[in-house]
Amino acid sequence: MSLYQVQKLLYQLNRDTATQARFKTDVDSVLSDYKLTDDEKNWLRNGDVGELYIHGVNGQILMHYAAFIGQEWDEYIQAMKDGLTKHGQVRDGIYRAVDGGDGGAI
Amino acid sequence: MALVFAGICSHGPGITGRAERADPALRDPFYAALDSLRADIEASGAEALVVIAAEHFANFFMDNMPAFAMGMGEEYEGPIEDPDWLKIPRTTIPGAPDLSQRMISEMMQTVDLAYAQEWKMDHGIMVPLHFLTPKMDLPIIPANINCQGPPLTPLSRAYAFGQALRRACDAVPEKIAVMGTGGISHWPATPNSGKINEAWDREFLRRWCENDKDALLSYTDEDTLRDAGQGGFEIRTLISIAGLCEGATGHIRFAEPIPIFSTMCVAATMDVS
Ligand SMILES: [Fe+2]
Repeated sequence: MSLYQVQKLLYQLNRDTATQARFKTDVDSVLSDYKLTDDEKNWLRNGDVGELYIHGVNGQILMHYAAFIGQEWDEYIQAMKDGLTKHGQVRDGIYRAVDGGDGGAI
Repeated sequence: MALVFAGICSHGPGITGRAERADPALRDPFYAALDSLRADIEASGAEALVVIAAEHFANFFMDNMPAFAMGMGEEYEGPIEDPDWLKIPRTTIPGAPDLSQRMISEMMQTVDLAYAQEWKMDHGIMVPLHFLTPKMDLPIIPANINCQGPPLTPLSRAYAFGQALRRACDAVPEKIAVMGTGGISHWPATPNSGKINEAWDREFLRRWCENDKDALLSYTDEDTLRDAGQGGFEIRTLISIAGLCEGATGHIRFAEPIPIFSTMCVAATMDVS
């Protein structure tokens, strides 16, 4: 996981309307600006909030991305819960240490 | 002229974005308390409002993360979020570049802060402004303390930032209002969103109202993460207001947990003289 690169892409996407337009019309050109694994590219292409969350993307970055891809609030929360259920606890980033190291478990 | 108003408030995006889902019996008194802050700021004759925020990767990222930053732009834009999601329209907010520059120059005598002539505001500033200057016509000076990307700004430095800001307010002829905005305990934007440690929050607010510097600075990040979630790191913004008003007393106008807003919702003032 190139957490730094994934987060940097989302940081730019969240704050820049030109990048947002490009993400909608030519997602691969945005993805190719960053050093990402194939898995990461897929999660970003598919809006896989659960995978991004358990791989450590900061919720403040992820929340804005979820809003950008049109996820309702409850959908967004559920996607992270599903990520935990399906893939196990958060394994990177700041949330790995949340709840005494339970990695964001509820 | 001086500091004419100091206060704190919450800024969770749910406060506007999920307004209709909150219990009106809690929500409406909270909104009323925020509106009372607006009225006080207007009555103070403030010519500019400094907002000390904990921004959420709208301007600063781990490629170049300042411990402190302050805006020096002619104008700012926000929100960066989907306006329909935040329920605050995208707009331009007036800055006060000349005043900013004079204040930053003074503050730099004791605090190494970055300045920024561009700044895109996220919910961390837009939500407070929505209530405090609904017409978005009061000149704003945004400031940021790194509460998001570790290593975080030490609490003692956040207090010192407030002290430096006070000196800067006292050094300029303009009337300045200052708001600090951050969560107390909360786990925002995670599956635990809505979890609130009310006892921890009330103890923090007690220390804040008494301006008990030693007690405010005694939290470790380890303790805060365990007891107050990663959102608890935002106490830095509230502590900076204690530094701004060193020795003065705080007054709570509203402090109740509103889980759908993901945080203890607070509106409070601190004496400026
Ligand atoms: Fe925040």
